[in-house]
Amino acid sequence: MADVRLFHDRTPGVEEQEPTANYLSYTAGLGLAILLTIISFVVSQTNLLWPPGVPVGLIVLAFAQIGVHLVFFLHLGSGPESTNNILALAFGVLVVFLVIAGSIWIIANLNWNMMDMRP
Amino acid sequence: MTIATLDFVPTELARGRGGGGPAPTRIVVAYGFWIFLLSDFVLFSGLFAAYAVLSNQTAGGPTGAELFNLRKVFIETMCLLFSSYTCGLGALSAERRQPGRFLGFNVLTLVLGAAFLIIESTEFAGMVAKGAGPSRSAFLSGFFTLVGTHGVHVTGGLIFLVYMMAQVVAKGLRPHVLRRLLCFSLFWHALDIIWVGVFTLVYLMGAR
Repeated sequence: MADVRLFHDRTPGVEEQEPTANYLSYTAGLGLAILLTIISFVVSQTNLLWPPGVPVGLIVLAFAQIGVHLVFFLHLGSGPESTNNILALAFGVLVVFLVIAGSIWIIANLNWNMMDMRP
Repeated sequence: MTIATLDFVPTELARGRGGGGPAPTRIVVAYGFWIFLLSDFVLFSGLFAAYAVLSNQTAGGPTGAELFNLRKVFIETMCLLFSSYTCGLGALSAERRQPGRFLGFNVLTLVLGAAFLIIESTEFAGMVAKGAGPSRSAFLSGFFTLVGTHGVHVTGGLIFLVYMMAQVVAKGLRPHVLRRLLCFSLFWHALDIIWVGVFTLVYLMGAR
């Protein structure tokens, strides 16, 4: 009888309300995000991490927090409804990475090749 | 059980991959809005890149470490994070057709978002008063452009929110209002994601 769900047909425009989240998942997301934020602030202000490694640590913490936001607040999951959104996100991440990393790379290279104009 | 042999039977596996018939409008609308949000992320990536490149070009002016007050930034971060939480709870109340709770949670969202903007604008005003305005150095131009664009988005989000609350009061939680609310929630949560990048790259790395 589980097969009955397979024949549940949909018409465009018909709303199907499936609960995507509950109070608990939002609260869990909030808790994790607050925790990661506090760790970020503490790590940046103390020598808890090896000092030259702090920027990398902060970037890792930022990515972790962005992941928490995507999963708990934006409900980007592994379900079939998320497939297209995740593919679009992957392309977005690629473009964002190319723009940021590419700019830093190119400008650092230009700086390196620039003559020192200071008197 | 005989129908199971037909190969056009929609299956749960085929959903989201073009099988099983057209997706519900709510999924399609959210997907379109998600594409818009990703294009917004691309816009911000340009500003992040500009800031990252210019952050050391202070032209003899004040540096980030001299200007930034991390206590204020932490309060701003918490305002935005809790506003994301109340926005999510508001969306949940709307889904459960509880307009009263929806309005209550979103008044909180509005207050927290406004608190964020007030803290940010006093920070900007204080910097300009100290002679550290956007025209002082390339670093400050990049700073005001990046953080200011985020602030403009938050302002736009608050206007969007007031408009949505008015729609819920005037029209009730009808399907098309619920879809617009879904877009608002996506927008507001996306702003919080951008802010994670801002406080990490600009404030935490800049204040060291």
